[in-house]
Amino acid sequence: MLQDILKILENDARTTTRQIATMTGTPVGEVTKLIKQAEKDKLILKYKTIVNWDRIEDDQVWAIIEVKVTPEPEAGFDSIAGRIAQFGQVRSLYLASGTYDLLLVVMGKSERQVADFVSENLAHIEGVQGMVTHFVLKRYKVDGETFEGGEAVKRQPVIL
Amino acid sequence: MSARKIEQSRKQQKIISERVNRLSPSGIRKFFDLLASMEEVISLGVGEPDYATPWHISEAAVRSLEKGYTMYTSNSGMPELREETARYLEEKYGIKYEPFGEILITVGVSEAMDLALRAILNPGDEVIMPDPHYVAYDSCVILAGGEPVMVPTSQENNFEVDAGDIEARITDKARAILIGYPANPTGAVMSRDKLLAIAEVAKRHNLMVVSDEIYARLVYGVEHTCFAGLPGVRENTILLGGFSKAYAMTGWRIGYAAAPKEIITAMTKIHQYTIMSAPTMAQVAAIEALKTGEPDVLEMVEDYNRRRLIIVKGLNDIGMPCFEPKGAFYAFPSIKSTGMTSEEFSEKLLTEEKVAVVPGSAFGECGEGYVRCCYATSLADIEEALTRMKRFVKKYKK
Repeated sequence: MLQDILKILENDARTTTRQIATMTGTPVGEVTKLIKQAEKDKLILKYKTIVNWDRIEDDQVWAIIEVKVTPEPEAGFDSIAGRIAQFGQVRSLYLASGTYDLLLVVMGKSERQVADFVSENLAHIEGVQGMVTHFVLKRYKVDGETFEGGEAVKRQPVIL
Repeated sequence: MSARKIEQSRKQQKIISERVNRLSPSGIRKFFDLLASMEEVISLGVGEPDYATPWHISEAAVRSLEKGYTMYTSNSGMPELREETARYLEEKYGIKYEPFGEILITVGVSEAMDLALRAILNPGDEVIMPDPHYVAYDSCVILAGGEPVMVPTSQENNFEVDAGDIEARITDKARAILIGYPANPTGAVMSRDKLLAIAEVAKRHNLMVVSDEIYARLVYGVEHTCFAGLPGVRENTILLGGFSKAYAMTGWRIGYAAAPKEIITAMTKIHQYTIMSAPTMAQVAAIEALKTGEPDVLEMVEDYNRRRLIIVKGLNDIGMPCFEPKGAFYAFPSIKSTGMTSEEFSEKLLTEEKVAVVPGSAFGECGEGYVRCCYATSLADIEEALTRMKRFVKKYKK
C-alpha cells in the first residue's frame, strides 16, 4: 500500500490524498496517516518541481565532477562523501565504480562560482586525490523528464 | 430535402453498392467533425492510449529502416513475429498455435476481423453479437455478406452477454458468434464461467466464435480468459489480437489472427490479394514489443487502473451511475437522469461544457441512455471533465 502511494506521489506530487485514496482503495484518513509517517521516516524527503530554467534565461551553470578519493580506514567513502554532501552547491552525489570514486553534480550561478567551489572547497578536503570537472553544455533530460520534446503530438479525429 | 438533393442522393445510391449503402453512417462522425472545429475541448472521446509507443519499440523500427528493411514480408508475416506471437499466446494463456500455418499477421485487428468474417460467411449467414458492441462489428458482418443478430446486454448484468440469450437467437442461418471482451464501449469483462457457457452453446450448435481480444492485457484485478483456451473450442475459434492497446501502438496498424490451419489459409488468401503483407517496420516493432515490452505493459496498466478508479467513483458521485468496468479503458455511465438521448447529451455537453464523450447509441440500441468515456487521458483532464459534467448533469437533471 505504502509503495503504491509513494509511486503515485513520485509521479505527481500534487496528487491529492482524496485522489490517492480512490486510486488505492484506502480510506482518506489512512492515506494521510501513511504519508505523514513516510515524511517523518524520511521515506519522503521533499516535494519538488522540475523547472526548465533554460527557458527563462536564468544564469545557472551545471558541472559534473569526477572525484578520486582515498577511503578512510574505518568509514570508507561515507565520511568523505558526507563532508562533500554538506555543500549546497552539490545537487547530487554518487559513489561510482570505475576510474573515479565519487560523482558530483554541482550547480553554480557562474563558471567562476563553480571553479571556486572546485579549487577552494573540494580541493582542500582531506582524502581528495584528484578530480575532473565537466561543464554541462545542455540539459536534455532530468529525473525522467525531457526538456525539449518538440511539439506535442495531436490526436487526429478518428472513428472508433 | 430539395429536388436536386433527392436526385443527387438517388444517383449516389446507384453508384454505390447496396451493401455499402446499407452501412449506417457512423453516428460519431458528425460529432468528431464538430469536435475538430472547437478549441480547448477535453476529450474523453477517442479510444486509444495517451502514451507514445515505448521508445525501445519505436527504435527497433527506426533501426530496421536504417538497415533497409523496407520490402514486403512473407504474406503471413515475418516468421520471427509469428513465432513470438505463438510463444506469447502459449506463455500467457497456455494455448498452442503453430506459427507456420495457424497465425496470420494483419493490419491491426480491424483487418483480421474483416478477413475472419469474409473467410467464414456465406450470403445471409447470421452472426450473433452483443449489443452494445464496437462500431465496426455489425458493419464488417454486412460487408462480408452476413446478417448481424443482436443480443441485448444491460448495465444490470454488467454488460456481459448471456449464453442463454445467445442460444435463444440461433436460427438455421446462424454461422458464428462474435464477441469482444474486455469490451469497447462498456469496459465489461466476461468471467471464465460465463465464457464456458458460451463455448458450450457454440459447440452444441456447431458455430464459429470470432473472439476480438484486443483489450486482453487491459484488465484490472481480474484475469483475462482467452476464449480459444477453453476446453474443446479451439477448433471453432478465431482469436484476434493486436498490439495497439497493450503497447500503445495504434498508429502502427499491426495485429494478428490465430485459428486452425484451414481458416488461416482462407484468411491468408484474402489478405494476400488485398493487403499483401502487414507493414514491415510495424512487424519489426511488434517483435520488439513481444520480446521486451512486458514491463511497459504492466506500468501502463497500473496507471490506467488509477485513472479508472478516479473516473468511476467520480461519475457515480456526480449522478452518472456507472458499473465498475474491469477492462479496456472505458467507463460507460448512464445519463438517463437527464432525460436526454445519448446523442443529445453528448452534443450539448460538447457545446456547453466542452467535454467530448461518445454517445452510447453509436454502439447499438442498448447503448442508448449511456455515454462512453475513455479515461486514457491525463488525470487533470479527467478531474476537470468530471467537474464540468457535474455542473451539466445538475443543470439538466429531471
